[in-house]
Amino acid sequence: MASNNLRGQTAAVGVGLSDFGDVPGFTHFELMAQAVERALADAGLKKADVDGVFATLEPSNLPVVAVCEYLGIRPKVMEGTMIGGSSFVNYLQWAALALQAGLCEVALITYGSNSRSGKRKPGGAVPIPYEGAYDARLVTAYALATARHMHQYGTTRAQLAEIPVAARAWARLNPKATQRGPLSIEDVIRSRMVSDPLTVADCCLISDGAGAVIMTRADRAKYLPRKPAYLLGVAAETSHLGIAQMADLTVTAAAQSGPRAFSMAGLAPKDVDVLSLYDAFSINTLLFLEDLGFCSKGEGGAFVSGGNIAPGGKLPVNTNGGGLSCMHPGMYGVFTIIETVTQLRGDAGERQVKDPKVGLAHGNGGSLSTQVTSLFGTEETL
Amino acid sequence: MQGPESHYQEYLAKGEFRIQRCDACNSHVFYPRLLCPHCGSSALKWIVPSGAGTVYSTTVMRRRPEAGGDYNVCLVDLEEGPRLMSRVDGPPPAAIGIGMRVKARIAGGGDAGFFVVFEPVGN
Repeated sequence: MASNNLRGQTAAVGVGLSDFGDVPGFTHFELMAQAVERALADAGLKKADVDGVFATLEPSNLPVVAVCEYLGIRPKVMEGTMIGGSSFVNYLQWAALALQAGLCEVALITYGSNSRSGKRKPGGAVPIPYEGAYDARLVTAYALATARHMHQYGTTRAQLAEIPVAARAWARLNPKATQRGPLSIEDVIRSRMVSDPLTVADCCLISDGAGAVIMTRADRAKYLPRKPAYLLGVAAETSHLGIAQMADLTVTAAAQSGPRAFSMAGLAPKDVDVLSLYDAFSINTLLFLEDLGFCSKGEGGAFVSGGNIAPGGKLPVNTNGGGLSCMHPGMYGVFTIIETVTQLRGDAGERQVKDPKVGLAHGNGGSLSTQVTSLFGTEETL
Repeated sequence: MQGPESHYQEYLAKGEFRIQRCDACNSHVFYPRLLCPHCGSSALKWIVPSGAGTVYSTTVMRRRPEAGGDYNVCLVDLEEGPRLMSRVDGPPPAAIGIGMRVKARIAGGGDAGFFVVFEPVGN
């Protein structure tokens, strides 16, 4: 069976964001439920229609079960594989398979977190084997990758700073983004150093927030109220858990997930009109642009320079402001999907990219450990 | 009967840093495992590495002085091949650079257990 059997068979038909940023007084589940209510309303569907639930939340041992209980859903299909922040992009694959196989009719993908007001520390509580003694933090792995990329390819600090600057410029066009003040390359470089060479401006926000995506088969999607965003390709790959086990810190498993997703979609990087790349740290965007084939390995610094991925640049990346400037609850993956769908519908307001046909949503998990690439398209891409 | 992780800790406690070598595919392996991650064989034997390594990447973790001040976290490629997370003791954290030649030393003990750190060669 060809892997392109999933191409265009399912679609995102509803998306919902909870209130996000600083939302004190709400639990993870309450924020998640708010996003689900909005996604269902957007899709023109009811809770009773949902018979597939794909979710994970940090504070539960049986997260997808907790989500089902909280929402009062007894689904036919439940999936909650935890592969870090990319989990929700990964659920696209399993939701598409379950929908296409007829195991369920309406799939809900959701996540919620009060990691800002709940003061929950990001990153897993379980230490990575043989790394615990050195007091490494989540940022450490990304700083090590950044240092290596600079060493190996001569990527400069100023080039890297283009990424948070571009994210901020997009955020300034998004009235809901958390950080909307001006930000220059100098500001990024002069911000407080966290883990050399990364400053606090290279690190994602810690936000409260939740997101939900409703998917169904293409044959049903066309009768629903909103313009469907068809899933054209999706692929996942993992290369390691702990950063010491990553063979080359300048090459992520996106170098495999990307080509496989493009192959399923029958598309190439040149066909992509808008991208959402999981930017937990500035280096992520640079590595994923290279690994997904938007520029050659080592050329990422030059590629992002001169505002190339900012508003007015050649390639629109993270148009909501990304994890760096819009919002980043504990895991950001679901929000890459929501922004992609929003752009493909033409709903992005001032930050809207002109007439996009193909959008790419890419999730990252752990310490660059898991990479999941998805491609969505409008009806004319089918 | 005990597994490789427990053996590894026992060696460290005796002052010996050991890694594994696979008899089936000749790869060196760290961290200690039951199956070779390269070929899947269980024919992993303990060897004593030279202790020599090279810093593959490094960062200064910034920390308030009252909490202990800045510290180094790095990745070291052992001469035999495997890479491990560690730190380089001796020079200030900012003076540790990619490509620096280093040598392993066992640190820790007590509640923290034993673990491997590195020192610059020639110090």
